[in-house]
Amino acid sequence: MNAETVNTPKVTVRDLNFFYGNYRALKDINLDIAEKMVTAFIGPSGCGKSTLLRTFNRMYQLYPKQKATGQIMLDGSNVLDPKQDLNMLRAKVGMVFQKPTPFPMSIYDNIAFGVKLYENLSRNEMDDRVEWALKKAALWGEVSDKLKQSGTSLSGGQQQRLCIARAIAVKPQVLLLDEPTSALDPISTAHIEKLIDELKKDFTIVIVTHNMQQAARISDFTAYMYLGDLIEFGDTSTVFTNPKRKETEDYITGRFG
Amino acid sequence: MKSTLLHQARLKQQIWLDMLFRGLTRLSAFGVLALLVAIIASLVIGSMPAIEAFGFHFLVNDEWNPVTDEYGALVPIVGTLVTSGIALLIAIPVSFGIAIFLTELSPRVLRRPLGIAVELLAGIPSIIYGMWGLFVFAPLFADHFEPWINDHIGTLPMLGPFFAGPPMGIGILTAGIILAIMVIPFIASVIRDVFEVVPPMLKESAYGVGATTWEVVMKIVLPFTRIGVVGGIMLGLGRALGETMAVTFVIGNAHELSKSLLMPGNSISSALANEFTEAVGELYTSALIELGLILFFITFVVLSLARLMLHKLGKGEGQTT
Repeated sequence: MNAETVNTPKVTVRDLNFFYGNYRALKDINLDIAEKMVTAFIGPSGCGKSTLLRTFNRMYQLYPKQKATGQIMLDGSNVLDPKQDLNMLRAKVGMVFQKPTPFPMSIYDNIAFGVKLYENLSRNEMDDRVEWALKKAALWGEVSDKLKQSGTSLSGGQQQRLCIARAIAVKPQVLLLDEPTSALDPISTAHIEKLIDELKKDFTIVIVTHNMQQAARISDFTAYMYLGDLIEFGDTSTVFTNPKRKETEDYITGRFG
Repeated sequence: MKSTLLHQARLKQQIWLDMLFRGLTRLSAFGVLALLVAIIASLVIGSMPAIEAFGFHFLVNDEWNPVTDEYGALVPIVGTLVTSGIALLIAIPVSFGIAIFLTELSPRVLRRPLGIAVELLAGIPSIIYGMWGLFVFAPLFADHFEPWINDHIGTLPMLGPFFAGPPMGIGILTAGIILAIMVIPFIASVIRDVFEVVPPMLKESAYGVGATTWEVVMKIVLPFTRIGVVGGIMLGLGRALGETMAVTFVIGNAHELSKSLLMPGNSISSALANEFTEAVGELYTSALIELGLILFFITFVVLSLARLMLHKLGKGEGQTT
């Protein structure tokens, strides 16, 4: 478990445990997420990778009986601290989900929605921000002439890029991607993967994926998880070519999982 | 050879059954339409004598005098609209509160019992609401609330005249409140049901950009479910407009137009229920039937307005056109 982090870690996870009621879904996780890099969580279903991701913005808090103990430090403050302002945390840590979830409003308003919660921008500034976010998400060219149309009128791949644009419009520092391409066709998936590569210049990205090739293609660091344990964590190339643990090797060579 | 013949026979039978089924569904669908037309036609025919005698003046005349055979529908029309308006004014915010609490905020253990309680409230027969309204609510209202309303709202400059009057307990306002209690379970349970079908991931996305529960409900859940929500409110309004028994008990059944909501009035449905048995003479009966036609028409207009509103809302949200 040696994170040979080149940069200073953006997020440090220490002794993190997570409970669904009495069931312990994460067991003493320790992990450093490098700044402006892509970190991938892989592992078979139910291994806790999505659960781990959802502790970073405390999404689990919407549901009773779910709780996390330990420490997740982001910019010197503990995310899990009960005094942590959730709305400010979620401005810093954006999230994109398995399926595209455009809000029932226009493309423009989909982007502006989150921004309006934190910033008081003039009409012009907001126009600029929407354009900036859509350009970052490589969607501007396709929707610039139909910003007033409903977000749900776009194709699946476009909707997912809209969701990414929506997440980055509030200028977060960390971007959480929970299997962002699992509902998309191969071409849309390629779009998104290219986009992730671009976005890591500005954002720290954490991605959960079922697709090992995807993790190998786009991530700098990979964490392999199994049944709530972090089995192995390190450079993506090391984890995939020269894993230290037998379990990791079995999983990535397809002998298991 | 034999098996293919058997197969063909089966196929023929299936085609025949399919046609029969299609015919039956079509018959049911068109049957509704035919029934609707028949009801409208009989209402129009039945009210012809009154229409011929009073014309459009019927709608704006506040006189209702069986002795002189002079009839006008203004009092019951106003009564119906005002009581239903009061009912919705109270019921909509309360129903939203119930639905939001049950879907977003309530602890899981409370959800089912509270939900069942709301649904049971919808199952209480209207005559019980009427009795309760007359024997329990109206006296309480007259003793404790109406004097307060008289003193505090009745003296205000603009609103005053609407809330001044003798504290009798029965009247337009009481009828409106009873109606509100009756329609709340309908509106609340429909809104709760449609709120529940909002995908959790959509709500999480909104929470994920930092929205509060209030923002999520107002800006995501409500627009996403607007058709169902308007439908629920219309269901409630439909019930309020047509509700007869409970209103008859507490509205006072007076054919008098009064500015004050504390004064007794009348509604279309309670006028019909009260007077049909004693309606003698063609014109009296016909005037009552015309009242029924007007109620039908009001309901139709309300439903059309709701459709129009939904259409406008859809445009404002930027749908593909």
